[in-house]
Amino acid sequence: MKWTEFFTSSVGKKLVMALTGLFLISFLVVHVGLNSCIFNDLEWFDPNDNGRMFNKAAHFMGSSVVIRIMEIGLFVGILIHAIQAYVLYVQNTSKRKIGYKVKMGTKGSTWYSKSMTLLGTLLLLFLIMHISHFWVPSRVTGTLDPVQYGDTHTHDLFARMVAVFQNPWIVALYVAGCISLGWHLLHGFQATFRTLGVSNKKYLVMANSAGLIFSILVPVLFALMPISIYLGWIG
Amino acid sequence: MEHYIMNLTLKVWKQKNPASNGKFETYQVKNISSEMSLLEMFDVLNEQLISEGNDPIAFDHDCREGICGACSMYVNGRPHGPWHGTTTCQLHMRAFKDGDTIVVEPWRANAFPVIKDLVVDRTAFDRIIQAGGYISVNTGNAVDGNTIPIEKEKADKAFAAAACIGCGACVAACKNSSALLFVAAKVSHLALLPQGDPERRTRVLSMVAQMDKEGFGSCTFTQACEAVCPKEISVTNISRLNAEYIAGGLGSDKDYGHQ
Amino acid sequence: MLDSKIPAGPLEKKWTDYKGHCKLVNPANKRKLEIIVVGTGLAGASAAAALAEQGYKVKAFCFQDSPRRAHSIAAQGGINAAKNYQNDGDSVFRLFYDTIKGGDYRAREGNVHRLAEVSANIIDQCVAQGVPFAREYGGLLNNRSFGGTQVKRTFYAAGQTGQQLLIGAYQALERQVALGNVTMYSRHEMLDVVIVDGKARGIIARDLISGKLERYFGHAVLLCSGGYGNVFYLSTNAMGSNVTAAWKAHKRGAYFANPCFTQIHPTCIPVTGDHQSKLTLMSESLRNDGRIWVPKKKDETRRPNEIPEEERDYYLERRYPAFGNLVPRDVASRAAKERCDAGDGVGTTKQAVYLDFRHNLINKYGRTEASKQGIVEPDETTLVALGKEVVKEEYGNLFDMYEKITGENPYEIPMRIYPAVHYTMGGLWVDYELMTNIPGLYSLGEANFSDHGANRLGASALMQGLADGYFVLPYTIGNYLSDEIATKPIPTTHEAFTTTENAVNERINKLMGIRGKQSVESFHKRLGKIMWERCGMARNAQGLEQAIREIRDLKDEFWRDVRIPGSIDELNAELDKAGRVADFIELGELMCIDALHRKESCGGHFREEHQTPEGEALRRDDEFMYVAAWALKGEHDWELNKEELKYELVKPSQRSYK
Repeated sequence: MKWTEFFTSSVGKKLVMALTGLFLISFLVVHVGLNSCIFNDLEWFDPNDNGRMFNKAAHFMGSSVVIRIMEIGLFVGILIHAIQAYVLYVQNTSKRKIGYKVKMGTKGSTWYSKSMTLLGTLLLLFLIMHISHFWVPSRVTGTLDPVQYGDTHTHDLFARMVAVFQNPWIVALYVAGCISLGWHLLHGFQATFRTLGVSNKKYLVMANSAGLIFSILVPVLFALMPISIYLGWIG
Repeated sequence: MEHYIMNLTLKVWKQKNPASNGKFETYQVKNISSEMSLLEMFDVLNEQLISEGNDPIAFDHDCREGICGACSMYVNGRPHGPWHGTTTCQLHMRAFKDGDTIVVEPWRANAFPVIKDLVVDRTAFDRIIQAGGYISVNTGNAVDGNTIPIEKEKADKAFAAAACIGCGACVAACKNSSALLFVAAKVSHLALLPQGDPERRTRVLSMVAQMDKEGFGSCTFTQACEAVCPKEISVTNISRLNAEYIAGGLGSDKDYGHQ
Repeated sequence: MLDSKIPAGPLEKKWTDYKGHCKLVNPANKRKLEIIVVGTGLAGASAAAALAEQGYKVKAFCFQDSPRRAHSIAAQGGINAAKNYQNDGDSVFRLFYDTIKGGDYRAREGNVHRLAEVSANIIDQCVAQGVPFAREYGGLLNNRSFGGTQVKRTFYAAGQTGQQLLIGAYQALERQVALGNVTMYSRHEMLDVVIVDGKARGIIARDLISGKLERYFGHAVLLCSGGYGNVFYLSTNAMGSNVTAAWKAHKRGAYFANPCFTQIHPTCIPVTGDHQSKLTLMSESLRNDGRIWVPKKKDETRRPNEIPEEERDYYLERRYPAFGNLVPRDVASRAAKERCDAGDGVGTTKQAVYLDFRHNLINKYGRTEASKQGIVEPDETTLVALGKEVVKEEYGNLFDMYEKITGENPYEIPMRIYPAVHYTMGGLWVDYELMTNIPGLYSLGEANFSDHGANRLGASALMQGLADGYFVLPYTIGNYLSDEIATKPIPTTHEAFTTTENAVNERINKLMGIRGKQSVESFHKRLGKIMWERCGMARNAQGLEQAIREIRDLKDEFWRDVRIPGSIDELNAELDKAGRVADFIELGELMCIDALHRKESCGGHFREEHQTPEGEALRRDDEFMYVAAWALKGEHDWELNKEELKYELVKPSQRSYK
């Protein structure tokens, strides 16, 4: 079977979704880990940190060639995941030209498993906002303030975060984005493993539990960032 | 079991033929016993319609014991109606109460065009089986049945998958009109047995290719199919199909005609 | 006397000798020969697949939307085969003997022995196809016992054996469709056989969606269209099961044999009311584990579980100590009727008896499971819970089905059961080669009369269907077709096709033209009532004579006053049904005539005038040791042809299950 055939059948298209999804999940692990460095500024840890740990980590990431290449991969991954999703959405909805008078609704399935396109779209809108807040000034326009830690010269991404999250509306949008992410992951995480062929009950239970923990933990950590800054716990 | 009598309002899809536009018709039925099956209630209604000089409602049914897979009504927003693990013919009227309105629609999917009223064309399923849903063994080739011992757990799983009756409720329930539970049930049934092993790779690839040609959608794992399957076929079979597809697709050099 | 063409020689050598000497068609010639198969149940699908595998060009027809829906799919309990995997003394001879005895000595020895011989091959073939038969923990095939036998020879797949076997045959058939060897015509109903120069050469079929009549040619025609139990209106048959294909052949000259031999199955869910459209079987295998009883006290009002052991009448165990609850179906059915007629029936209608699993749930399964799990002195609740798990695995789907239909949980409350029409042993007369008296016209499976005599043993219908299709007909048809290799396909413009199609067309138009007042369904119900009351579990001369008069009147009335809505050129279920009911009415008359003429009791045919002092069936071998093959002579006019039954090996005796 040719690769083009392999990835373009109805099953193959879902494999593309699963593989890119898995890649994006792995990115989330890195992203949430790195950003959690801002919590070092909390009273409990080091109130004088002022984003030092986070900025240094961000600098490390920004200056690594490997990570910069991964970054391109990440954008490609998001694009493929999103485009394939919309293609599938259009194709799948066209398979039933005449619909039902009484809809199935959520009989037998969860609302979020049936709303992955909607949740994904919300995430995509969120991403556009998110990228314009941080990635664009950091990587494209270079408009962030410089900051120096010992010999390391870098820009103060932390200050940018603190600035952005002073606006309650933006904080609310970020929290909404995290909630969308949570629901999206709650279905996506375990479905990825099913699509990749995990049929053993024990492994499915593991995938389900890991998915549940992941889709709560990661979005909560992310959401706590703008909240903490807005409430002045950080910064 | 206590039984009771009820009067009901029915809203049923009426469509003269594949070419014409259908619409919902409303009917009143009286003195329906809770001991009747839903189809027996339709028999009563049809007798009433015939005596009034009207056209009866066409619907597919045959064995009326939940095994042939012919019956196919979408009742109140659910394929085969409100009961779990039940075909339309086994749905009994004690599922309803006096004064209820029951809305009955045909299976909806482009791959299952309506022939008349509630009757749809499910020959796409036959063509998917033709694509590879079998073990190629000519009559007379078989060795003694006990020369192939099969691990009981695998045999049981194969049986559970083989219980599929080909009714199409999975397609009717799926928001993508995917037939993957049907295909996966057959792929699993045969892949789990040693007899099915030689054709394992080609089978899954050909059947998926045919499914795509017939115009069914892809699987999003909402699990609505499993929830409505009268034989309670598990979606883990779809996972197994995916594993088979990956192994087959990566391992085989043959073309399968995917578009 | 009819010639059944049974090969000469000792019984156990007949089939081997036949296969060694029958004429063959070479592979190149097979491709030039076309065969029509009507019906795609076990017999039809297996025959179509096996013939196509050999290279014949096959056209297969079914009235359902897919060949997978044929009613063989509903068979529950299992399929017999003389494998002797259980080392309990089974053999080809014993299966042969049990089948002959179970059939009350009204079946052909030659056919039955052949059936027993090929039974083992069927299991092998099905396993190779991937049929998921039940297995032991060691991975080997499991068996259960079934009514009327004392060995465990029944292979099964939970309570869905028919489904699994049919899907196996269906898949083999679809494989041949994919290979281009079979053309499948679903939603098509055969409405006549076309006969050219005395040989069957094709059929007229109606496309049930467009209503158009179509002509198809075949060098031979196989009717695998199942049984006619629906003549009783209520039966365990599917709603669409009908006699039409066989009846059309009968009207074209094929003999109809032993029409009165009907099997009433003892364990079905009882009728609840007038709305009832069909009856549901609870597999006979349940009798392995269920005990049948009625309360000893008349007008018992207590719930079954409240009735103490000593106030229950386990009437089968009492009357037949050797076989107990496992007596053959006809015996068990009559015993249930006898109890209910005596006023001991249970349930609201008093037309039911209890089938109780509690005893074996606790003692058989519960205790075994407890000892497996090392539970010492388990209490009753534990035993019940453990037993339930095992029973669920064996019959889970049947118990679920019972609960859906009745709303009662059979794990807790005994099932209520009553006999219902299940199978028809009679059918088109065929010779050893499965050919009817019309050359080139064959009949397989339940549609023919051949293997079960006056009563079929449990788990033998699947065996016969598959034996005929996979292992018998593919040999015997060669013997006929080898002389047909020079016959070019006859164009369907041939006069015989035209006149036959015209006759079919005329009949349909006549039906549609009646425009009366009564629905098809109402006539069917009335026919069923006459048949069940007068030609059912017990028959007598007076009742049968009356039934014949009533059926004749019903026929007149039907053709005067039936109302068929809609038109011909569309999907019209009422029109399809009208044609079938019209045929059932004619068949019903013949069944009663046959039942009236057979002044003896044997198997499923019980004449009240002929019974032993203990109320058991009394055969009259001196006068009725023959197959009654009826030829149609005109309206209400049949001629009896006899095929004498000669028993070379078995000595017919009064069946005893005591």
